Amino acid sequence: MTEEVPDALVQSLESTAREIRREVIRMTYAAQSGHPGGSLSVTDLVTALVFHELKLDPQRVAWPERDRLVLSKGHASPAMYAALALRGFLPREELASFRKLGSRLQGHVDRTKLPCIEASTGCLGQGIGMAVGMALDARLRHASHRVYAILGDGECQAGPTWEALMAGGHYRLSNLVAILDRNGLETDGSTESIMGIEPIADKFRAFRYHTVEIDGHDFRQILGALAEARQTTDGPTAIVARTVKGKGVSFMEGKHQFHGKAPNTAEYEQALRELGAPVGGPA
Amino acid sequence: MSAVLGKPESLRDAYGKALVELGEKDPHLVALDADLSGSTRTVLFGQKFPDRFFNVGVMEPTMMSIAAGLALQDRTVYASTFAVFAAGQAYNFVRQSICYNRANVKIVATHGGLLVGADGGTHQIVEDIGLMRGLPGMTVIVPADAPTTRAATFAVADRDGPAYVRLTRESLPTVTDGSFKIGAAAELRSGSDLTIVAVGALVARGLEVAEELAKVGVSTRVLDFASVKPFDAPALLRAARDTGAILVLEEHSVLTGVGALVASTTSENYPVPVRRVGVPDVFGESGDPWALLDRYGMSKERIRDEAWELLRGRGKVQ
Repeated sequence: MTEEVPDALVQSLESTAREIRREVIRMTYAAQSGHPGGSLSVTDLVTALVFHELKLDPQRVAWPERDRLVLSKGHASPAMYAALALRGFLPREELASFRKLGSRLQGHVDRTKLPCIEASTGCLGQGIGMAVGMALDARLRHASHRVYAILGDGECQAGPTWEALMAGGHYRLSNLVAILDRNGLETDGSTESIMGIEPIADKFRAFRYHTVEIDGHDFRQILGALAEARQTTDGPTAIVARTVKGKGVSFMEGKHQFHGKAPNTAEYEQALRELGAPVGGPA
Repeated sequence: MSAVLGKPESLRDAYGKALVELGEKDPHLVALDADLSGSTRTVLFGQKFPDRFFNVGVMEPTMMSIAAGLALQDRTVYASTFAVFAAGQAYNFVRQSICYNRANVKIVATHGGLLVGADGGTHQIVEDIGLMRGLPGMTVIVPADAPTTRAATFAVADRDGPAYVRLTRESLPTVTDGSFKIGAAAELRSGSDLTIVAVGALVARGLEVAEELAKVGVSTRVLDFASVKPFDAPALLRAARDTGAILVLEEHSVLTGVGALVASTTSENYPVPVRRVGVPDVFGESGDPWALLDRYGMSKERIRDEAWELLRGRGKVQ
């Protein structure tokens, strides 16, 4: 499973992820709305994909051979926008427009406004189905690009998520990777107290996914799992990434209250301090 | 069957055959179904192009998402199932995955309305036109016969973006010459005393009633509004001006269907009396398909009564 992952790469990704987390805090603070908790939990996964794993070219947004990334948990849009901005797909200053009237940065990712988004999502249980369609398309074209879908764990309570996963398994889509941001919390509390989804890895296996369980904040494990997915040729891969909601900001970690709530000014300043940013930097 | 009507033909067969022709012309076109391919006739496409046909089983919502994912990769995609599943079961997937994404998916839904018959009220969706018409960017077509079904199947392929085509389970008599165009009403009969605006299965009944009225000297214009969205408002308003009264016939809930559209369009632009014949605010039930139309307020007698009501209101008759 292990590909040699150089220390320098890990350090670079960690540094990028910290920068993305700072932007998540700035964006949700400026908008006074949005979903910081699930954006911070998914940041390392998004960073690994956008800055290492995916074939992407900011100069050619519609490049046919690009890999496709579908954020099925579309509310984690701040992490996605920040990563795409840092990767060069949109001006970093534009992040300040998040959730504002006229912005391309909608509350939930919107491809019709921001072309580097592969699929508009937000209502849960749909992005994974669109990813299955994209993977079928790639197979029909004998194209080598791959399709990655990031799912939330609350989203795994939705029946259509399993319809789509069933289809991915049935069609043995080895070009499809379903990545679960398993932060354990949804809007009202813990998934296991509301509607338990465990044993989640077994469920993926039962749906014919080569399933890998990792620490979703350990870049060596993330890159290892993605490499393993690339080498899996007989069907789709599921990566169950155990994560911490609100990761990187002490008072948000493990708190479902920050699923869909922006930080106030005191929280904003403390969060940025914890993430290593000078307070009063660009909002 | 009246002399004004052609012989009944299957709309579903017309769709299935047209889809095969489209598949021959466009090697990237794909089709999906949700375990009803024999009924929707996408089976014909599946037999001809097995690699480009995906029967996803009983997962209508996800069929719409998969269809959208395929369409977003520069493909024309057809997705078929019964109307109650396409517009009802899958509504929010049609809304977000297809319409919000502006995905080039053509939903051809069969078994719309009460003409489903014996399966009963669970399967007789009479709300789908309203649901689909309300979606931004959605084209909505309700063919009245097989030739229009064939033409509409091709026409929606040529128009970029999502479309919903509503077909009936029952064969319907041919009433058009198949010269359907998106956005254009078809004048099937000219007239000056009254206009019948109809869609789908009730176009034929409208023509039959118009023929009866002609025998007593009433001149009735009959407009087939197969293109529900975009809607030919100029043709409607011309009819309002020329005839002064409009009777709408649809095998759909009168609350949200074409009647509501006609009433709002005329009242905002050229108010004239409008009466609506359609399904009242109730669910259907099992029964013979055509008897159901009679039972739920769409009999020829009812259409005739409503026509006379409008004519009396205009002072055309005593």
